[in-house]
Amino acid sequence: MRIPSLRPARFDELGLRRALADRMVPFLVGAMAFLAALAVAGWMGAAMLSGHWEGGAGATLTVQVPMAGEPAMSGSGTRLTAVKALLVAAPGVESAKTLTDEQLNALLRPWLGADMKDLAVPVPSVIAVHLTGESKNLAGLADQLAQSAPGTIVEDHAAWAGRLGTLARSLQLCSGLVLLIVTLVTAAVIAVATRSGLAARREAILIVYQLGATDDYIARRFATRAAALASVGGVFGGLFALPVVFTLATLAAPLAGRGVPAPTVPATFAFLPLPLWLLPMILPAAAAVIGYLTTQITMRQWLRRLP
Amino acid sequence: MVRFESVSLSYRGGGARGVALDVLRDVNFDLAEGSFRWLLGASGSGKTTLLRLMNMSLRPTRGEVIVLGAPTSSIRRNVMPRLRRQIGVIFQDFRLLPHLSAFDNVALPLRLGGRPEGQVRADVMEMLRWMGLTGKLISLPEDLSGGERQRVAIARAVISRPRLLLADEPTAGLDTTHSERVIHLLRELHRLGSTVIIATHNEAQVDRHPGPALLLSQGSLVEVG
Repeated sequence: MRIPSLRPARFDELGLRRALADRMVPFLVGAMAFLAALAVAGWMGAAMLSGHWEGGAGATLTVQVPMAGEPAMSGSGTRLTAVKALLVAAPGVESAKTLTDEQLNALLRPWLGADMKDLAVPVPSVIAVHLTGESKNLAGLADQLAQSAPGTIVEDHAAWAGRLGTLARSLQLCSGLVLLIVTLVTAAVIAVATRSGLAARREAILIVYQLGATDDYIARRFATRAAALASVGGVFGGLFALPVVFTLATLAAPLAGRGVPAPTVPATFAFLPLPLWLLPMILPAAAAVIGYLTTQITMRQWLRRLP
Repeated sequence: MVRFESVSLSYRGGGARGVALDVLRDVNFDLAEGSFRWLLGASGSGKTTLLRLMNMSLRPTRGEVIVLGAPTSSIRRNVMPRLRRQIGVIFQDFRLLPHLSAFDNVALPLRLGGRPEGQVRADVMEMLRWMGLTGKLISLPEDLSGGERQRVAIARAVISRPRLLLADEPTAGLDTTHSERVIHLLRELHRLGSTVIIATHNEAQVDRHPGPALLLSQGSLVEVG
């Protein structure tokens, strides 16, 4: 006689596979995972931009030396050579480089529209100074430069780079909040789905409970199912998010001083940080944990009310 | 085995300010391990409620119910599943799981008890054969007749040879042949050591299988025999 093809591993006495609400879980968790992926990418992008701005523009000075060819107040050289010598000798200065005429022209052309030689007003020489990042006494340096070449202006980029850094950190904070909200909404979605499933399978649960199933057994069966469904949603959310994240990273690349990656596998892979490539694996795991814990809590609360 | 000490159960009808409805009133009895009782009484006399108290799916409003030696008012929650697995219940409305086959419904108590699958198959096949349900192994409850469903429910209740078997109108709706087989099965379980309580209002059946009885009338135990 043929014995029914029973496989206890798939024995579904609670009818978990039949509930309509469960079919919605992967879709809704997938949407949440997609948003979570964007939030993580936003967090990492903001951190990268912040690092770039504070480590780049924030660590530079621009020194304008008017009447650069005139003799300096102290020493025998010109005002330009005297200022440059002071800069190079100053602590915390990594390099000081005088911009060439072509570089100055390129900087001024968008505003003045002509070669600076044709201008009626004299144009100061400009020195781009890179700092080491150590503590620096800019006020003291500016005084020294002014004594040697009066009228010299020191422009510190750290102030606006600092503001950009603050903006980037605010964006990071927002990304963190979005991630938190997405986590809470995911937990809420799973809790609602579990309650809906409980309502649909109340009779089956009660029968199994009265036949001697423990709270732990019933809660674990539901939680395992919810974790599996949530992880499926996590996989899809992560996979859908990856091309979007890559496109946004490509758009943001110039702001971080990077170019668009070459169309090769290694260049494409190196373009995004490893954690972003791992999102299709990290998100399902996170979704599964959220699903499992939420369902366990929801189920145990409900089961505790049974006699 | 089962002891009721001044057990009462009342429901509050018609909302919070409704009148309390006494379903059971001051019920006292003591059943020794391995005993057999008919539970008699008219419809609405409280037979099902009494069985539900023994099955720990209801708690009394007053008094104490002691089942398998454990007082149900103070029993720890994590102990209850182990006790329930020693109680077989034949529900009046069968309470089969609609998405499971007859085989899986009967196998459920054994699987919940952690019985190896090889033993589960052998025991369930034997039980279903005895119940005349060999051809219905993979049928869902919706594909079974009322009598067949009832036999599946009975098979599920007795498959694990429970220490305490509670049967609520187990033969209602069955033809005479199957009724007799069921009663013989329950008496056989009793002979093998189970405590068996059968609720019925079928006096002819009780006459055919005489035995001690608990008689309920309007929630009160009027006769303990």
